[in-house]
Amino acid sequence: MSDALQFKTTESPSATRAAPSHRRVAVLGGVYSNYLALEEAIKDARRRNVEAIYCLGDLGAFGPHPDRVFPILIDNDVQVVRGNYDDSIGRGLPDCQCGYTDPRDNHFAAVSYRYTYQQTNERWRPWLAGLPTELRMKIGESRVLLCHGSPRKTNEFLWESTTSTQFLERLCRDHDADVILATHTGIKWRRDLDDDRLFVNVGVLGRPENDGRTNVWYAILEAPSHRTTNEYKHLATESAKRQSATSFANNANDVPQPTERGSHEVLKHGTDKYAVSQPAKGIHVEFVPVSYDHERLAAEMRSEGLPSEFADTILSGHWTTCLEILPGKERRRGRF
Amino acid sequence: MPTSDRSNSCGNPVSLEVLQTNAPRVALAALDTLWFQVGGTICNLRCHHCFISCSPENDKFRFLSLDTCVGYLEESRALGVKEYYFTGGEPFANPEMCDILERTLEFGPATVLTNATLFRDAILDRLQFIDNASIYSLELRVSLDGYSAEMNDPIRGEGTFDRAMDGVRKLAARGFLPILTIARTWDGPDDDVLAAFVKLLRENGYQRPRLKILPLLKLGAEVNRSGGYGAGDFVTHTMMREYDQSRLVCSAARLVTDQGVWVCPILLDSPDAKMGDSLADALRAYPLRHAACYTCWQYGAICSNVASAATASTDA
Ligand code: SF4
Ligand code: SF4
Ligand SMILES: [Fe+2]
Repeated sequence: MSDALQFKTTESPSATRAAPSHRRVAVLGGVYSNYLALEEAIKDARRRNVEAIYCLGDLGAFGPHPDRVFPILIDNDVQVVRGNYDDSIGRGLPDCQCGYTDPRDNHFAAVSYRYTYQQTNERWRPWLAGLPTELRMKIGESRVLLCHGSPRKTNEFLWESTTSTQFLERLCRDHDADVILATHTGIKWRRDLDDDRLFVNVGVLGRPENDGRTNVWYAILEAPSHRTTNEYKHLATESAKRQSATSFANNANDVPQPTERGSHEVLKHGTDKYAVSQPAKGIHVEFVPVSYDHERLAAEMRSEGLPSEFADTILSGHWTTCLEILPGKERRRGRF
Repeated sequence: MPTSDRSNSCGNPVSLEVLQTNAPRVALAALDTLWFQVGGTICNLRCHHCFISCSPENDKFRFLSLDTCVGYLEESRALGVKEYYFTGGEPFANPEMCDILERTLEFGPATVLTNATLFRDAILDRLQFIDNASIYSLELRVSLDGYSAEMNDPIRGEGTFDRAMDGVRKLAARGFLPILTIARTWDGPDDDVLAAFVKLLRENGYQRPRLKILPLLKLGAEVNRSGGYGAGDFVTHTMMREYDQSRLVCSAARLVTDQGVWVCPILLDSPDAKMGDSLADALRAYPLRHAACYTCWQYGAICSNVASAATASTDA
């Protein structure tokens, strides 16, 4: 069955289609049937003036009423990548392809898969199976690849603590991307790579991320400001002049402040020169917390007969199942 | 059929015998995992089932030095290695082990396969410091072959159960979450055995035990089930047709020893498994000419922390 997940990216029509270009987009991770969080996230993203909304797949699993998710995505014109769950449900596979080995994890995964499979109307299966395994877009000048687990394997887990920087750089090289966006693990993180490249795991909407908080997360990505490199240099020079004339107390007010990405940092020590490093393709990433009616979701999960362990996670913000896949570092942050 | 009942510390049963000619070759799809035979074949224990007969006296492979490791770590960077594994012998018998881990965690995540019997406080202090200082995880995998001395010691040696449990207790007390790997030496369902392990570990202060059962080769049944391939001792070209090669360690890993780079940890004792002196020398395809390859073919990459989807699949 694992070869199901090796679907080659070349099969994806998106590679040949002209990639859309954006300045500001929202990227949603696994929904896990959490249609309430999905609605909130879309509303929130629209309020924040995004030009497009993408979702990286795993629409079903875990939560109640899987069929409620699809119309929301379609009505809001959300571009969706096929996750392992979508692939399994769409093609009628025997399991969710998460690859658990722990018997307890397997038990809960099977319960969740059976429920989701049974509650997903037949008519959605071809739609799920037909979702692309990757999408491409541009943010500013950067070539962005959107996938579910990793660009090479839909169910590959890319955790912050077990993924080396050089590995991500290799993925970017192999897949002609400056930015790779993924989900699948359930916990958000980001890594700055060489040559101004970037990896972002956007987190998930489906369940909280094992930190004792009930909110879920999505990401907004934005192209760097329109200022050109020369404009930055000019600003830096002006600022330097002013400061050498005054003091170091309140430096570089006019210079763009370091972004989260830290790529146009003001170098202010050691010399008489002030320099601003290349503003880069420096995409700005913001992880956005989403609150939603989690009590209602938990109540619906209970009334649908889903395991109380799942509802507990929604209410407590701590994972109670699927713990085996967590690396030691991520696991230690949680309670169980 | 492989007839040996020995297995390595990953639980892979191995038998070393005549080589197959014209064997199917497996290409290295990408070097995701770099193994270090950091403890050589030197171990403070002498388990009966140790497939490379490690012992305090066996220095066929010696400790890897910090310098050697750093050289390979640096070479591994351009190849995009995702994670590093350390095995032996006993890695913590190597006096430079903590320095090696500290450097490794600048490059990526590390997993150490250990018997947990050498955790002095100074080592634990160091490990804790190294772990906290890195964004990467430092995983410790402890092999146990039973939840009691009666079950474990006949296999791993007199007193080893108590010593390993002492190591696990110390790790747990410092907040480590070691992964206990257990070779599946029993028949029937796993639930009761797992429950016994969980109870044992909780009683020893390890509240969130991570357990991993490693499959043992069930010769007869397995061969019958996979019939149709003309099952024999070796991997045939027919068997490789439509086979997911990513299940094999050698499709994504290589092993560094003090004597050069080997194709995989399983074939350490086979001189023909040496591929060269640098990683660059070792990137070519390797022919599956050993009987051990047949075991891999059946069970896949059971050495990783989380088994591949293939291993875990319900149809496996
Ligand atoms: S502890 Fe591991 S390396 Fe040492 S003798 Fe036992 S199986 Fe071999
Ligand atoms: S023993 Fe296994 S990992 Fe090593 S070469 Fe043979 S098939 Fe590959
Ligand atoms: Fe997924």
